[in-house]
Amino acid sequence: MVRIGCLTLALVASATSLTATLHAEESSLLPDEQKWIEQFESARVAGIAKATPSTVMVFVPGGGGGGSGVLITPDGYALTNFHVSSPAGTYMRCGLSDGKVYDAVVVGIDPVGDLALIQLLGRDDFTTAEFVPSRSVQVGDWCFAIGNPFLLATNLQPTVTAGIISGVRRYQYPSGTLLEYGNCFQTDASINPGNSGGPLYDNDGDLIGIIGRASFEKRGRVNVGVGYAISGDQAQNFLGCLHSGRIVDHATLGATVGTDEDGSVRVTNILSSSDAYRRGLRYGDEILEIDGQVIQTANDVQNILATFPESWRIPITYRQEGTSVETLVRLASVHRGSELLEKMKSALPPPPPAPPKPPAPSDPEGDAPDDSESNDETSPDGTDNPKPDDAKPVMKDAAGEPIPVVAAKQIKIREGYANYHYNELHQSKFIERLRRQFKDVVANDSVWQIRGKTIPVVDGQEASDFQITIGDGQFKLKIGDEVQQLSRGDELLQVVDEQRDAGILACLNALQRMLTLGPKQFGDTYYWGTMPLSGQRLLRDTVVGIHSDLETRFLHHPQSERLEVIESIAGNDTDPAELWFDAGDNALPSTMQLRYGLTTVLNLQITDWSAGPANLPQVPVDGDAS
Amino acid sequence: MSCVSKLSRVTMNSPHDASSHAWLLRLLLGCITGSLVAFLTPEKLWAQPSMARPSDQVQSKMVKVYGAGGLSGLEAYQSGFLVSPAGHIATAWSYVLDVDPVVILHDGRRFESKIVGFEPALETAVLKIEADDLSFFPIPESDDVSWGDPVLAVSNLFGIATGNEPASVMQGRVAAKTKLDARRGTFQTPYRGEVLLLDLVANNPGAAGGALVDPEGQFLGMLGKELRDRKTGVWLNYAIPAGVLRQPIGDIIAGRKTTLPDESNPVLPREKSHSPIGLGIGLIPDVLENTPAYIDFVQKDSPAARVDLRPDDLIVLANGRRVSHQRALRDLLRRIDRRDQVALVVQRDNEILDLVLRP
Repeated sequence: MVRIGCLTLALVASATSLTATLHAEESSLLPDEQKWIEQFESARVAGIAKATPSTVMVFVPGGGGGGSGVLITPDGYALTNFHVSSPAGTYMRCGLSDGKVYDAVVVGIDPVGDLALIQLLGRDDFTTAEFVPSRSVQVGDWCFAIGNPFLLATNLQPTVTAGIISGVRRYQYPSGTLLEYGNCFQTDASINPGNSGGPLYDNDGDLIGIIGRASFEKRGRVNVGVGYAISGDQAQNFLGCLHSGRIVDHATLGATVGTDEDGSVRVTNILSSSDAYRRGLRYGDEILEIDGQVIQTANDVQNILATFPESWRIPITYRQEGTSVETLVRLASVHRGSELLEKMKSALPPPPPAPPKPPAPSDPEGDAPDDSESNDETSPDGTDNPKPDDAKPVMKDAAGEPIPVVAAKQIKIREGYANYHYNELHQSKFIERLRRQFKDVVANDSVWQIRGKTIPVVDGQEASDFQITIGDGQFKLKIGDEVQQLSRGDELLQVVDEQRDAGILACLNALQRMLTLGPKQFGDTYYWGTMPLSGQRLLRDTVVGIHSDLETRFLHHPQSERLEVIESIAGNDTDPAELWFDAGDNALPSTMQLRYGLTTVLNLQITDWSAGPANLPQVPVDGDAS
Repeated sequence: MSCVSKLSRVTMNSPHDASSHAWLLRLLLGCITGSLVAFLTPEKLWAQPSMARPSDQVQSKMVKVYGAGGLSGLEAYQSGFLVSPAGHIATAWSYVLDVDPVVILHDGRRFESKIVGFEPALETAVLKIEADDLSFFPIPESDDVSWGDPVLAVSNLFGIATGNEPASVMQGRVAAKTKLDARRGTFQTPYRGEVLLLDLVANNPGAAGGALVDPEGQFLGMLGKELRDRKTGVWLNYAIPAGVLRQPIGDIIAGRKTTLPDESNPVLPREKSHSPIGLGIGLIPDVLENTPAYIDFVQKDSPAARVDLRPDDLIVLANGRRVSHQRALRDLLRRIDRRDQVALVVQRDNEILDLVLRP
């Protein structure tokens, strides 16, 4: 039996090889080659079919430009380039391959990284693209771009161009003063004007990055085989911040580096006010790793830093006199104050002239003849009929036409924001989460009594009882027999600045104030976006509140929705006071830790946290005059 | 032809020993192995359609070349590739090499290089750095590449990569195998030989001297300088095939042909040696540190006039040695007996001329 089976197998094998030879003569391809090509092609066709529905074709109203984009959430959030969205202002029209045109509004922008988050309106079941981890993308991998080159997609069918990844970890110098591309991908897939903001997919139809620019030089603005895409990793680093509706800035280490003769990357200059300096980094130290990525050249440093939003705290490893030091560094922002806003205004070309429009009595700019046809063409779904029935001034799009009500509802213009509406959404979510967690101790004009035991943080320290009294003008920290009492609220800034134990009072006072007053009355409060917690992902939802010159950050875990850390920042020159809460199951935390820099100064076991009525009458909540 | 390596044919030796049991066992084993190979190997290959492997393999053989330029839209960089383990680098012959170029290897190591040879008619030069144990492209003898074949073009176009960053890889196909002189005078190049025309935009600024490889990473040709049709403005994308390059590059590596200055011949007294003016060549005024050896005028009835040297000709080689500037020419001529003939290679517009001047 064995013998027969074996012979049959051998026969089959030889028969197969015979047919194989015959096939090969017919098509000049070996059958396995033929099969391979067919498989590869069908994989690509499937990839394109999967990817196309998530591709967005962006049209600036009035024909003043446009580009591409890609949907990343079912409720319509899509990424595009800042330089695509900026001529449109806050409202644009976006086509999908389903043949429909959707109203879309700008959510948040990153002018330095050339990213913009927009939201397509009207559906909650958009087809989306999934990011692939940027490190898995290799030079030589097949990829394709889908988009709207030369704004050809007036029939709402995007253009597909294929190629390979020509380079990874590329750095492209800022064009003008903005649009710096760090750690980006380079592809030879044909990238032309209009592909900007669109997706670069891998062969399976998953998202590698956001196409943004290309090398053109002397051959005119057409593809010469060199296009660049912002990495998916960078886009995801910024997503949380873009959701905030803010104008997001990039990060800087506060130090410059150079590549030494021996190939090591060394600090050539460092600001003594930088957090890196406080963490011990000095002139001449060798940078080994940033955020887990090995540094080999000075370019690598800028390449990696360019992918972070400002204020992120990331792990850095450096070598100082033969010892390597792993630490966490808070990154500063590249721009100060309104510098970024001014650069945005000056660096970008003015929006293309809107097409002439009919003179309307209510239209102060209506001094030009009619050309309304083009608008009708791009809005076949008819959802954008203006209904300016509000008492408010009607918002205008880039063509000077009123923005449809459905979109106008999603827009709130505020200086310093791309779209403040989205910030308010997150503020509401934040305060709702916070009040839910601390519902047992929220009461107007109440005084918090927090009691428990200290856990020793240094050798030789003994456990003792502690008691914290906060509220109604009282700031008291009692550990054992030692009492620290502040008489005025503005002393909170001082104790944080001096890195004292009483900094815990600043954090708790901010928590109490936020719970009681809410983000609208706390002071200048905004949803910041997402940042790692001490260098660790998941990224945490972060809200910033500023009151009495003390900036407070509230970091929420995105899934458990628990408050994890409150940071009180007295200034740029000192470490913030960090108050860490445990991740227990109880609503109220059972432990708190106070840290400055990387040092824990207090570790408290909470046995009782209660809110009692104020017993001193009528002093403002925190005793200061603001 | 394709990116798939061919299936290894399974051969089973006929058994020599008499034991039928052993024979059976062998056959069985052979069958199993055979079927395993037949059914598993292709699956594995199909799962990796990416060009990642060749793209990675070629990187250690590519170099970045930095030299003269940086003004008037002339890029001060180009590409090159290693052709020997001892640090010979083939690259395009261009103005970038007007100074001794700096070469950066794939790992970021930086070297000063010497131009050890060049072939003006091929627009090809060979540099040498002091290093060894380097990976390199063997240059195949024959070109079995034909139109339609998939190729990868590897270069540092636009100078995108610096230091240890990998060269850019682009994919496309050979569009045609043809000769450039079919359209003589259209393109500004002295090269007249066979080229591989490409359907990808391979010949960008800085791409000259890059490598064209097949999907297995085997060397097919060298990317040439940017060429543009003067009438239509069309840019040409091409590579000089390996078969054309093999001989001259081999000669230079083997030392059979070098353009390095030869100091073995002694400097002769002025009256016993050649000089430009003795040959009837008047050079343009030597006002720069490295004034190129352009001819300003030619004396009547001189050796130069007899071979029809003309004003504006550029002398690139004298007796096979590189004339990088006028001093080099004068020094070379001082080492040649005035009774001997002098072989000059000159560039006139887009032509490379071999001329022998007889005293």
